[in-house]
Amino acid sequence: MARTETPDLQHDPTAAVEGAAAEIPPELVAQTFGQYARAYAARIRNGESGVLPVVVGLVAIMVVFEVISPNHVFLSAGNLVNLFQQSAVFMVLAMAETFALLLGEIDLSVGFVGACGAVIAVQLVQPATTKWPWWAAIAAGLAFCAAVGAVQGTIIARLGIPSFIVTLAGFLIFNGVMLILLLLGPFSGYPNLNIQDPNVQVLFNLMAGTIDPTVSWIAMAVIVLGLGAFLWFGDQRRRKSGLVAPPVGLTVLKIALIAAAGIVVVAISDINRANFGTLAGVPWVVPIVLGVLGAWTILLERTQYGRYVYAIGGNAEAARRAGINVALIRTVAFMLCSMTAGVGLILYASYIGGMSNNVQGGQYVLFAVAAAVIGGTSLFGGRGKAIHGVLGGLVIGGIYNGMYLQGLDVQRIFIVTGLVLLAAVSIDALSRRAASSGSAGRV
Amino acid sequence: MIADSTAATEPLLKVRGLEKHFGAVQALYAVDLDLPAGYVTALCGDNGAGKSVLTKCISGVYQPDHGQVFWEGGPVHVRSTRDASRLGIETVYQDLALCDNLDIVQNMFLGRETLRRRLLDEDEMERQAAKTLASLRVTTVRSIRQPVASLSGGQRQSVAVAKAVMWNSKLVIMDEPTAALGVNQTRQVLDLVKRLRDRGLAVMVISHNLNDVFEVADRIAVLHLGRMAVQDKASAFDRQSLVEYMTTGSLSRTSRQSAPAETS
Repeated sequence: MARTETPDLQHDPTAAVEGAAAEIPPELVAQTFGQYARAYAARIRNGESGVLPVVVGLVAIMVVFEVISPNHVFLSAGNLVNLFQQSAVFMVLAMAETFALLLGEIDLSVGFVGACGAVIAVQLVQPATTKWPWWAAIAAGLAFCAAVGAVQGTIIARLGIPSFIVTLAGFLIFNGVMLILLLLGPFSGYPNLNIQDPNVQVLFNLMAGTIDPTVSWIAMAVIVLGLGAFLWFGDQRRRKSGLVAPPVGLTVLKIALIAAAGIVVVAISDINRANFGTLAGVPWVVPIVLGVLGAWTILLERTQYGRYVYAIGGNAEAARRAGINVALIRTVAFMLCSMTAGVGLILYASYIGGMSNNVQGGQYVLFAVAAAVIGGTSLFGGRGKAIHGVLGGLVIGGIYNGMYLQGLDVQRIFIVTGLVLLAAVSIDALSRRAASSGSAGRV
Repeated sequence: MIADSTAATEPLLKVRGLEKHFGAVQALYAVDLDLPAGYVTALCGDNGAGKSVLTKCISGVYQPDHGQVFWEGGPVHVRSTRDASRLGIETVYQDLALCDNLDIVQNMFLGRETLRRRLLDEDEMERQAAKTLASLRVTTVRSIRQPVASLSGGQRQSVAVAKAVMWNSKLVIMDEPTAALGVNQTRQVLDLVKRLRDRGLAVMVISHNLNDVFEVADRIAVLHLGRMAVQDKASAFDRQSLVEYMTTGSLSRTSRQSAPAETS
């Protein structure tokens, strides 16, 4: 590769921007915000677009559906909250699938394993039978999912059987297990959450229950200030000690975007969205999704475990030679994948108000993979983030919601979703190929 | 005894009578090898001579069937690459064992991350990595936070070497470090090898490339069909005699007068 090579470690800013290499994130070479913007533009021209396509896609979806939706209801407060709730299951399942995808593996069983966990939680809280407290029921459901993931992961990592096969078997097995679990108790296969029982109502309200507006504003402010302070002081410290750090302007922009997102979400949620009476406030599903996002982002990007997941996805042999217990890391990844799927399907149960054999476990797997990939996670391992699942989940949820508002039937929704997935992956692959022609081929 | 004037003091690593077989195939026969500190030893030999097996026996990947390895004068059993690392033996593999998707700092600390309150201490790792790279004068990378995928072949080799020497290693084994590199890149890597020697490390370079061997090696050891054909200081060889040792395991009569004594 004939790149201009600067003569010392303390990079020369002008050379950095002139030679703006496609493969190097601009925040590494830019000293000022203007340089960053130019380097970023050069990078996009070279095909390294990061989350830009999915953000552009989201904006396009919003604009198009707002224009064509009847009475322009797409961007109404009620529909936006509804859209987030519909997308939540996709987002959480996509974050689950991210663990498998980062390793270069796939987990086809997330839909039905998660559904089993949800059925367990819903069954255990029933006042007519077991009457478990809501938190214990959720914990039992998630523990079941984690155990299943650990078994599948062990078979994949220790016996070396392809994850596609193991989790395909899991997909079938847990479809059956779910049906058996559903038929337990006197509910004819339809255990219900919409019961006047405060314990059961907690589960019922995970999705739609709202947080008091005052509390939402305070919580949002605390989160934004905390994150902002963390980013600001972290970057500031790195700049002072001469480490690689983004320009001040970029740090400020990031914090501003986080603050704006927080304010918009809370403001929209606090608009009365009921046709009759009042329905306002941030639904509980928002902090739940953010909690999963925050936890998995910290795990993947700030801990040794997360570093090893990326290392194995990038070069498993190198990871093994570095002394990493590859089998253990992979097993735990499948465990976390299944457990997160349990969270997703418990949210689904809350949305539906119970569990039944109508769960589209197979479809959910495919949407989870699609959401992660649309968001920017690689199918080939080593590249991806939890936030990609959230963004991709919003895209799929947005398409679903928008076409539903148009009164389109499910077959057309499938076709459009499929085309969007194909387009997203193709744009990514083609731009990458254009960028890397000449240099070493990368996936 | 080994006819070698360069190894005046006790060598850092001494291999005596090492044997290794895989099933019916005998890969190494009673191999002796000395790797003194402050010298670059080139390990030469044709394909299948046993260079890789010998390297892997030293670095803990394989366990020898017979023979003894001495480290700083004392007998040691290297049962794993972890054991080797603990002694101060680091191997730079031909495929470099780098993760393309991770950046330079992340690769250099892979498997030995610095933690602070149970989270990764990126600042400290970056400082250490920068220090090591600067001390090796690996200065052509644009940013030590760029992914390894964006580096040239020579830069990748430099990162792999820096990764190996960061842990106070005393012996660095490099497998074909210049294979697949261009002229400039090869120069970078050979200069790096010399700097390691000047720091007092023992370096063993496995190479097919005679230009590189004569350029950096202080000592040359030649394996032929699993036996140590000869090892001596580099000045005792010329291209012709080295090629002859590599291909036949000995010198023909005509050139024997000027050739060094063979090992027992």
